[in-house]
Amino acid sequence: MSALRILVPVKRVIDYAVKPRVNKAQTGVETAGVKHSMNPFDELSVEESVRIREKKSAPGGVEDICVISAGPPKAQDVLRTAMAMGADRAIHVDVKEGEDLEPLTVAKLLKKAVEAEKSNLVILGKQSIDDDANQTGQMLAGLLGWPQATQASNVQFGEGDSVSVTKEVDGGVETVKAKLPMVVTTDLRLNEPRYASLPNIMKAKKKKLDKKTLADYGVTAERRLKVLKVTEPAPRQGGGKVEDVDGLVAKLKELGAI
Amino acid sequence: MLCTARRIAAHQLRGRIAQPTSSPVAFFSPAALRRLASTLAVLEQREGKLNHGSLSAISAAQKVGGPVHGFVAGSSIKAVAEEAATAEGVEKIIAVDNGAYDKGLPENFADLLVENIKKGGYTHVIAGHTAFGKNLLPRVAALLDSQQISDITSVESENTFVRPIYAGNAIATVESTDPIKVITIRGTAFAPAELGKGSAAVEDGVDPKAASPTEWVSEDLAKSDRPDLATAGKVVSGGRGLKSKEEFDKVMQPLADTLGAAIGASRAAVDSGYADNSLQVGQTGKVVAPQLYMAVGISGAIQHLAGMKDSKVIAAINKDADAPIFQVADVGLVGDLFEKVPELTEKLKK
Repeated sequence: MSALRILVPVKRVIDYAVKPRVNKAQTGVETAGVKHSMNPFDELSVEESVRIREKKSAPGGVEDICVISAGPPKAQDVLRTAMAMGADRAIHVDVKEGEDLEPLTVAKLLKKAVEAEKSNLVILGKQSIDDDANQTGQMLAGLLGWPQATQASNVQFGEGDSVSVTKEVDGGVETVKAKLPMVVTTDLRLNEPRYASLPNIMKAKKKKLDKKTLADYGVTAERRLKVLKVTEPAPRQGGGKVEDVDGLVAKLKELGAI
Repeated sequence: MLCTARRIAAHQLRGRIAQPTSSPVAFFSPAALRRLASTLAVLEQREGKLNHGSLSAISAAQKVGGPVHGFVAGSSIKAVAEEAATAEGVEKIIAVDNGAYDKGLPENFADLLVENIKKGGYTHVIAGHTAFGKNLLPRVAALLDSQQISDITSVESENTFVRPIYAGNAIATVESTDPIKVITIRGTAFAPAELGKGSAAVEDGVDPKAASPTEWVSEDLAKSDRPDLATAGKVVSGGRGLKSKEEFDKVMQPLADTLGAAIGASRAAVDSGYADNSLQVGQTGKVVAPQLYMAVGISGAIQHLAGMKDSKVIAAINKDADAPIFQVADVGLVGDLFEKVPELTEKLKK
């Protein structure tokens, strides 16, 4: 059984509790002065990696947990958070503010990082809550030619590098099995991410954080999709309240819903 | 620059076709011909039955313009292919008969699709933004070096599409510059193509017979006689206010049965174990747009609203008069759901 060398890509996004506002120029959403955090699905990926080590659930053990993020300098904050949760080290790939990378570019970058770090397991979030694309993990698996297990709610390691993953699918769950190396993407039910404790936050400041550029990985921030405009969704007007159940039934009939 | 030039050329070409000129032949270089839109709609099947919801891919494909071909693969696929061939608007069904594709494992299914896309020279590949489509299409896109466009709600032109971002709090219009556009569609935004109205030819596709490094082990699907959540005309959905699984079942099931509705749930209800994961409605669960969505004991967090705010009529029952759900509900009732819902169920029966 090979020792696990886990790569965990994380993304800095607008905090999930913030209601995003479209900017005046209609080119995107307002990001200045808005609270950002680690993408919630990426927290699950970090948590799962740390648990695999703590629970010794992989027969070969965990040799390395490396987190990686491509983004502006502030992306280092989420990398520090990940290290405070238990990741060993981090790689920050510097990308200019406002120059967001498309999933295909990120997947190409990650492929190079996987090769450089000799990773044999990549755990990603199933989607980022800003672009809602749900692509990067699958694209990476395709580029590497590795097996993939998406929307994982349970990951089990067996003998001979085998990994069984229970996935959330439409209507229930499905279990697939593959051998390392592989790509797994996390779903909500996989685990409950921990909070970083203050001593661990202090320790994380001393952990290694390598700074790289896109050029180091031989990729460019080319865009295949041109954003023509970003608008607010059509507002929905509440129709007011009724006093009792009879009122509710009458209103539903009036609206033709029943 | 190059792209613009090509686009203009394509426009001119199309103009020529619409109004035949005396000598159009000169414009039909093989390269120019390849620029014309043609779409492969990837259809889903399970155990030899066509998934009718996946026929939305055909209706979305028709909006692109150009010929539409459907694609199915699996064991004894003939019956599925023949049924799909009756869908309105489809010119050809490409079928690959091989049990290796039954479970839709992306590792061999992606290779299969790529071969058939290349052979057919398609400019667009469309599948539903379902568990199957989400798992498979990005892998296909990467193999084709194309940046996928996920979960679109509208086709503006053959290269311009509309999709929600930030849990539906913003709507982006994007233009793709990729020669092959790989797209997943939001099922609720495109009505499935009607069956029984077409008579497409069924043709065997190419089968690269790639091995899958992933083995399918088992599945556990929630059995239900109720309508499918994603496509139901009515949905009743319960949240944390239901307090326990027993109460959830006791309160929600009679209401759903009376209305002939599917049951949904908020993330809070799912995480607390009141309802199965597969019933979750929201940004990270199912997106529904029924005629009637009745939210019971759901506060209305933005992640939940992302999954249901396109419903035709939204009704809410909640004891908190300030719950955000009332801002989007067409009709709201403030009160204790344990009293109001059984009363409602009784009155609806009459």
